Amino acid sequence: MTAHQQPPRGSAPMRGYPDQWERYSPRERFVRWLWLAGIAIAAAWSVSALDIEWAFFADAHEQAADLIERMWPPRWSYFPRIVQPLIETLHIATLGTMIAIVFALPVAFLAARNTTWNQGTWLIGRGMLVLSRSINTVIWGLVFVAIFGPGPVAGICAVAARSVGFIAKLVAEAIEEVDAGQIEAVEATGASTLQVYGVAILPQILPVLIGTSIYRWDINVRESSVLGFVGAGGIGLLLYASINQFAWSQAIVILIAILGIVIISEALSAYVRSRIV
Amino acid sequence: MSAQVRAVAGSGVPLLAVEGLAKVYPTGKKALGGVDVVIDRPQLVAVIGSSGAGKSTFIRCINRLVEPTAGSVRLNGEDIVALDRKGLRAARRRIGMIFQEYNLVERLSVMQNLLSGRLGYVGLFAALRYRFPPEDIQAAFALLDRVGLDGYHDQRADALSGGQRQRVGIARALMQRPELLLLDEPTASLDPKTSRQIMRLVRELVAERQTPAIINIHDVALARAHADRIIGMKDGLIVFDAEASALTDAALTRIYGEEDWSRPQDADDEPAPAAAAPGSLSLIS
Ligand SMILES: Nc1ncnc2c1ncn2[C@@H]1O[C@H](COP(=O)(O)OP(=O)(O)O)[C@@H](O)[C@H]1O
Ligand SMILES: [Mg+2]
Repeated sequence: MTAHQQPPRGSAPMRGYPDQWERYSPRERFVRWLWLAGIAIAAAWSVSALDIEWAFFADAHEQAADLIERMWPPRWSYFPRIVQPLIETLHIATLGTMIAIVFALPVAFLAARNTTWNQGTWLIGRGMLVLSRSINTVIWGLVFVAIFGPGPVAGICAVAARSVGFIAKLVAEAIEEVDAGQIEAVEATGASTLQVYGVAILPQILPVLIGTSIYRWDINVRESSVLGFVGAGGIGLLLYASINQFAWSQAIVILIAILGIVIISEALSAYVRSRIV
Repeated sequence: MSAQVRAVAGSGVPLLAVEGLAKVYPTGKKALGGVDVVIDRPQLVAVIGSSGAGKSTFIRCINRLVEPTAGSVRLNGEDIVALDRKGLRAARRRIGMIFQEYNLVERLSVMQNLLSGRLGYVGLFAALRYRFPPEDIQAAFALLDRVGLDGYHDQRADALSGGQRQRVGIARALMQRPELLLLDEPTASLDPKTSRQIMRLVRELVAERQTPAIINIHDVALARAHADRIIGMKDGLIVFDAEASALTDAALTRIYGEEDWSRPQDADDEPAPAAAAPGSLSLIS
């Protein structure tokens, strides 16, 4: 380092280059503050509108401790009673997901811009996506209990109804992103439209289809554990009953079992998805 | 050997007759301004011209991957432009196409890609289960051997090199037993040596199978070295059409303008990939 290599300080700085820089202009900074203020106002409004009984917060920790005390020790002898409903819960999730896949594929092709027939069929496809996705699984459960009566069939339908939109939406996005060249090449051999879908598009979207389905399956395991609350089968029925009877030592057994199953299904789902290339 | 018979019989109907072919894109761009080409015998026809001259549009209008605005394309007498969707699908079975980016179905095996050349002849469910007639399977193995990929049938397409993929692309097109081959810049994504190998393979296949081929190519030296006939395009029109040896500097200037189109001619002496196994060929054509 010789002296003349250093930029001269003070007297004659590198003329022409700005030595000040700001990420945001004053105007942008003002807009950012407006956003923050807006969020704060929204939060304050929500809290005031909800009429929260602050008194309940005062002894919340005592109530929680009391609850834990009543739950403990878990009544393990209750466990054999819940094995069958647990298995039913898994079946509801699995069958519901499978049925959803069957319906999701055609819906996805309808809802993807590049495979739908026309604007009308595209709107139908999109409509199905929105309908399926905007209604919660438990609400779907209520609907199907009204149709089929209480029991696992209603649960399976509820899971399927909610999952069709979930799977179809992601698959439709995958269809819209497929490599058009591969489609063109198969079209150029004189293949029919459905053959092009099956041979050129399906292989490209298969990883997404499988990954999404398995991911949805593990969500469905969680969701079907509460479907019993509305009478749509599974372990939720017993959980609901135990809570209603204040049988907390039973409820904790069920909660622990659900936790176990959810952890296992999530791990399984993550593993399988990591193996898809 | 039906192609050979067609060519020899020469009933007066040319293999391919393009007349007044024009394309105006929805953007208003006039990409093809009325093109006439007649191919009356199996030959390798190279289409050269600057980028944007309309080469791809021309080749894609022939099998209607791009819908022509006007004109006719007669393949052995049948006007492809006049066909409805069903007739077009039938006509496309008779035209093999090879792409710059290979356009193989990447996640499928080499064999599945080859068999997709026969999709026009099987139903939907046979296609989905890859149930093809034994003669198709046999032809596929023979073709793989011919293009130098013997033993690669179970490899996934995305595991192959560019040159290997283009060989699969060529084999897939030949699986159709086409009456015409269309090649859109098949060597543009390949290194020079592989490009020459692919060009040599195409030239040999055109001769062996007596199938005419139209090849878009921007490499003048490659076109000169391998094509029988050269068509020069400029601004959507044909400005040169003659045998390759007639491509003079003056003609090149007409095609490319005054820019420096000349490039050093590379030595061209790599051995051809996998010399033809004569026995296997009779199975295919
Ligand atoms: N899909 C398209 N829409 C609008 N213009 C296009 C389209 N494809 C090509 N063109 C235009 O048509 C002209 C010819 O293109 P192309 O046939 O691809 O030429 P080349 O293959 O010789 O490079 C170019 O000006 C190009 O920009
Ligand atoms: Mg091009």
